[in-house]
Amino acid sequence: MEFVLQFIWFFLWGLLWALFFMTDGYDFGVGALLPFLGKDDTDKRLMINSIGPLWDGNEVWLITAGGVTFAAFPQVYAVMFSSFYTPLLLILFALIIRGVSFEFRGKIESPGWKKLWDTCIFIGSVVPAILFGVAFANIFQGLPLDQNGYHGNLIYLLNPYGILGGVLFLLWFLEHGSLWLSIKTPGQLHDRSVVAANKIWSGLLGVSVLFLIATYFYTPLYVNYLAHPILFIVPLITVLSLLGVKFFLLKEAYFKAWFASALTIVSATFFCIIGLYPNMFPSNIDPIYSLTAHNASGSQLTLTIMLVVVLIFIPIVIGYQSWAFYMFKDKLSVDDLANEEAY
Amino acid sequence: MDVVFLSRLQFAAATMFHFLFVPLTLGLSVLIAVMETKYVRTGDETYLSMTKFWGKLFLINFAVGVVTGITLEFQFGTNWSRYSTYVGDVFGSLLAIEATAAFFLESTLIGVWVFGWQKLSKKAHAIVMWLIAFAGTLSSIWILMANGWMQHPVGYVIRNGRAELDSFMAVITNKFGILEFFHMISSAYVLGAFFVMGISAYHLLKKQHIEFFTRSFKIALVLGLASSLFVAISGDSHGVHVAEVQPAKFAAMESHWETTTRAPIHLITIPDEKNEKNLIEIGSIPGLLSFLSHHDFNAEVTGLKDIPKDERPPVLITFLSFRIMVGLGTLFILLTIYGCLKRNRLLESTNYLKIMLLSIPLPYIAIEVGWVLAEVGRQPWIVYGLMKTSDAASPVAGSQVLFSLIAFILLYSFLGAIGFYLIVINAKKGPALE
Repeated sequence: MEFVLQFIWFFLWGLLWALFFMTDGYDFGVGALLPFLGKDDTDKRLMINSIGPLWDGNEVWLITAGGVTFAAFPQVYAVMFSSFYTPLLLILFALIIRGVSFEFRGKIESPGWKKLWDTCIFIGSVVPAILFGVAFANIFQGLPLDQNGYHGNLIYLLNPYGILGGVLFLLWFLEHGSLWLSIKTPGQLHDRSVVAANKIWSGLLGVSVLFLIATYFYTPLYVNYLAHPILFIVPLITVLSLLGVKFFLLKEAYFKAWFASALTIVSATFFCIIGLYPNMFPSNIDPIYSLTAHNASGSQLTLTIMLVVVLIFIPIVIGYQSWAFYMFKDKLSVDDLANEEAY
Repeated sequence: MDVVFLSRLQFAAATMFHFLFVPLTLGLSVLIAVMETKYVRTGDETYLSMTKFWGKLFLINFAVGVVTGITLEFQFGTNWSRYSTYVGDVFGSLLAIEATAAFFLESTLIGVWVFGWQKLSKKAHAIVMWLIAFAGTLSSIWILMANGWMQHPVGYVIRNGRAELDSFMAVITNKFGILEFFHMISSAYVLGAFFVMGISAYHLLKKQHIEFFTRSFKIALVLGLASSLFVAISGDSHGVHVAEVQPAKFAAMESHWETTTRAPIHLITIPDEKNEKNLIEIGSIPGLLSFLSHHDFNAEVTGLKDIPKDERPPVLITFLSFRIMVGLGTLFILLTIYGCLKRNRLLESTNYLKIMLLSIPLPYIAIEVGWVLAEVGRQPWIVYGLMKTSDAASPVAGSQVLFSLIAFILLYSFLGAIGFYLIVINAKKGPALE
């Protein structure tokens, strides 16, 4: 029973990260594209307002992923977050400046003021996008972890495979964000977003292929797949949905392209999570030091109670977030920026 | 550098800064929900512009509050990993439930409220603000149940070398957390009410937007009076409970050294921690401390000398925070009662309005020292009686924590200064003319 609970929780943990990447991912993409696609203040405001009503709710997936790591796998929470002390705090600081920028930017009419917050939005989007990729790629690869704890630092994480992970995540989110802008923005900004989505797609395809190959050489992620070949259906979904993005882009069906991109992100996350199982924070010194779903979990009672909580509330959350998403799905117009509440 | 000390400083800086914004979010959301409901009921446009004006200040405050909350959840992992490993099975679930069941709702709906004016009916839009207020309150319940567990751990067993959950019911019905919640939420309403009354007083003193700010003042006054009375009542019950389960904190609150019956409170006390006595005790009220601790003038109150030295909290800080908190709490009751007497002659009561304007910072001070009392008074324990703070920090390098502490201070000072500036200029500007 305990084993089953830990198994379920491992994949719920993966699901929460996947949903975080899927939802806040387009916010990161939009923020990272701000200096490139926003030619003037109107463009920039359109871009910011395209994610304005939704980014805050999206970010809570991160808080929830962190919270359930704490509840369901307290030891993983403790070791992972203290080991990744500097990168994690960099991510959090970046998220802080991104969050306040949306609110502060429009409060004073001055080009210097706006430029300051535009820079913060850019940094606050790019840094988490890359560092999440770097951190997860290093987890897939294994970390210098022994009985005395973790023996790495930020520089250690910036190894070739880690950097490749960072680039991959950034491109995911850039693609996701440019598709979102293709849906939500009008006129020339829309046209530029579509061009960007097409260009980024080619880069994303290339880096994805490279990542899949590098994963074979740098990580043990394929072991689970070779043991259970049926699982290859998951990366197959990733590949098909990534091709789907291009297909719908060419048909100018941007909503469908965005959903295909969302599916790409979720299935790619699951591809990695399935390969990682049962490890959560593996040691590359000796597997006996690895933290796994089965040696680092909470008690059976906590796992059971949290499962009930999550099974009740996560569907409710998805329900009202979908309602909010639907409410704000329409294309923005320049007139919308005249509303006093617009950022 | 000492990692435990630096980590404590960092956590204190991060939580105290975060808590400059949280109570206003809690208090103002209720007041704005009332204003918007009045608008929906009466159709009176003044209530709509009240909703929008106070809403604008609310959102600036909310932005800083919400982003500084993110780091807190992760700091238990980054800086207190031994704590997280040891008690995470009990403590972690409370934070996880807070995010899943409450914070999600608040964060999703805030976007709906801000951008939903044209998308929702008036009624639905007002309901969204009520839900935001509800979700914020719900969040605070979970957070305070988590803190309550650190203050008075219940419902756990020591198994597999750590504290494991034994009774979830016991954890979520922990009396300590429930009393903390009532005390904190009513303090947050006091703070929100004084914020609105203070800014309204500013404009009333300038004789501008009179109708608008008189109404705002009166709505806040009702909440302010009711909640400042409730702060005192809940604080009293909380004190009795503290005396029962945390005798060391209670003794330090009044710098009470000898165990005595009919224990007094001195109007003026100067603690001398080193020599385990008070340098000065003036104006003794016999039996009052006994009454506060047990609601009985003759009850015995444990003195600090009967608590091992290494289990006593820092007396001076605990003592001063308690005094300041109680003094300010009393002042809030007097100011709001006086306001009720003057409620129909506000414009002429310039002295009262000036006092209310200058009083804006006072609830902030009261609520911060209240937390200092709760947290410093719990020392040397991180979980009272179960785990010491000195055993709880992460095995990270002191230099790492020093750098992050400096980064926290720089970033938060920057954000705090800007947030403060934006709130001030928007508050002074007053409502948009319809």
